Amino acid sequence: MTLDVAAVVRRGEFVLDVALGVAPGERLGVVGPNGSGKSTLLRAIAGLVPIGSGSIRSGSRLLAEGSRAIPAEERRVALVFQDHRLFPHLTVLDNVAYGPRAAGVRRRPARAAAQEWLGRLDIADLAGRRPAQLSGGQSQRVALARALAQEPEVLLLDEPTAALDADARISVRAELGRHLAGLSIPTILVTHDPVEALVMTDRLVVLEQGRVVQTGTPAEIASRPATPYVARLMGLNLYAGNAGPDGVVLSGGGRLDVADRPGTGAVLVSLRPSAITVHLARPEGASHRNVWPATVDRMEVLGDRVRLHVTGEPDALVDVTPASVAELGLAPGVRVWLSAKATEATAYAR
Amino acid sequence: MASPALREVGRSRDRTPLVLAIPAVVATLFLVLPLVSLVVRSPWRDLGSLLQEAEVGQALRLSLLTATSATAVALVLGVPLAWVLARRRLPGHSLLRALVTLPLVMPPVVGGVALLYAFGRVGLVGRYLDLWFGITIPFTTFAVVMAEAFVAMPFLIITVEGALRAADQGYDEAAATLGASRLRTFWTVTLPLVRPSLLAGTVLCWARALGEFGATITFAGSFAGSTRTMPIAIYLTMVDDPRAGTALALVMLIVSVAVLLLLRERWWYAGDRTSDTASGGSR
Repeated sequence: MTLDVAAVVRRGEFVLDVALGVAPGERLGVVGPNGSGKSTLLRAIAGLVPIGSGSIRSGSRLLAEGSRAIPAEERRVALVFQDHRLFPHLTVLDNVAYGPRAAGVRRRPARAAAQEWLGRLDIADLAGRRPAQLSGGQSQRVALARALAQEPEVLLLDEPTAALDADARISVRAELGRHLAGLSIPTILVTHDPVEALVMTDRLVVLEQGRVVQTGTPAEIASRPATPYVARLMGLNLYAGNAGPDGVVLSGGGRLDVADRPGTGAVLVSLRPSAITVHLARPEGASHRNVWPATVDRMEVLGDRVRLHVTGEPDALVDVTPASVAELGLAPGVRVWLSAKATEATAYAR
Repeated sequence: MASPALREVGRSRDRTPLVLAIPAVVATLFLVLPLVSLVVRSPWRDLGSLLQEAEVGQALRLSLLTATSATAVALVLGVPLAWVLARRRLPGHSLLRALVTLPLVMPPVVGGVALLYAFGRVGLVGRYLDLWFGITIPFTTFAVVMAEAFVAMPFLIITVEGALRAADQGYDEAAATLGASRLRTFWTVTLPLVRPSLLAGTVLCWARALGEFGATITFAGSFAGSTRTMPIAIYLTMVDDPRAGTALALVMLIVSVAVLLLLRERWWYAGDRTSDTASGGSR
């Protein structure tokens, strides 16, 4: 059954105004900065916060319309919370059996069903444990098993890997992706992790300040981000500007030369962090058409690269090798020159 | 300026200043000495025969029965009230909360008088109970239970309400998304998570009911066998027969020690406890 949401939720000053649909078996990713309303969206669909107007329906079943709504416990919408919220006083098995028990299944068959779900998620051996005795990754799987054991019509996941440490995140992400891919119900996954957004979803919705600002496949969004937030999420530099005869004059200051330009007018320019080169002095006789001075603000290690956050006109994310960091003596506060080929910058109409 | 003389520093940081040590010792003596005296001066030799007197057994049985009944009443009525106070915003919420807990700070005798004006034969409600149903509450065993519940229930309410307020409501939300009704959530999630406080509140309530004197004697009087509970029996016996009174008092002391043993997890190790209770205890 398709999940259809066209609703407005008011929480004090904040207004969430969203329309989206998720097909059976489809995994919709919702990304957005903190406070953009991602969690509120999930809570509204689950029935934990009321909607102000509009409607939420699952297939032909109306879950909420205006001020009238089906209570959370009758929605058959499962929500995997960011902090998992496994009941601390129950064993893993009884946590997973909780949904079936609430649906009126007797204790023994409910436990049998729970055991089966644990088996499906490869955690059958955890059945007798208490939540306090689980690792983050195990707890995440139990939370998923508990959500699925009630055989919901809709599955919602709120930042499923946010509570995990880096190692667990990688393994959980792979497994979770596999399990979600096998489901035949609409699934919504809220995340702020770009890898999760790209790998685990079929379609992405970008939420900013309570509104959908972009929607498309992960690939579409990664190649043509509509806002600086999305670009940063995807690890791209994105600049808004006006295309003219001398290249693109950027709204935030600075100018970029772009090889292929879609005529003139308002454009977005994206530039990969690895396409920018760092120099200590102004590069002479450069084949690079874009050269500008900047200051290293901070640095972070990303796998085998180091990402520099550089301020200048324009600001930029720049990826360099650890060897160049050592060779150039890069550190926060160091003044550098940046260069980028015009062919590396992509402009598209806004 | 002369520099201070060197001293052995060894454990000087651990030494208690006299200004604090002396009052602490006095306080300990003040609290313990009377109990020790009671134990020392008890008529140990005749204890058996004194306690076998019919009235003692009667009073003790009555006390245990009424205190337990009052606690049951408090659980059935008080826990739901604690939930409402902790989880719902009602108009006049803080006033309600203050009124409900008033018996905590009010002298029990005043409670007894108030109960008489409510449920006595000429009381606000009692008048009609008498007129329509021929029911008279005061000076019955039921009146004892009411007096004890009136005084003791707030202890349970306050303890459980505090725990419910502190408890993570996220678990209730999780239960709802798993299809559990409000009532089912209350029984299977909310209550189990505040179990330690519920137990402590129940024991506190029971102990308070067991020791109740002022409200009981005012509202229920002192009729041997039906309303003369242990505290009242002790008071009355002390006048006529101090030895018997002392024996009764000793019995109550023993019951109190037993209560303390029941609560030991909560209070004996108050300083050493870790974050175990907050999560509902996963022992």
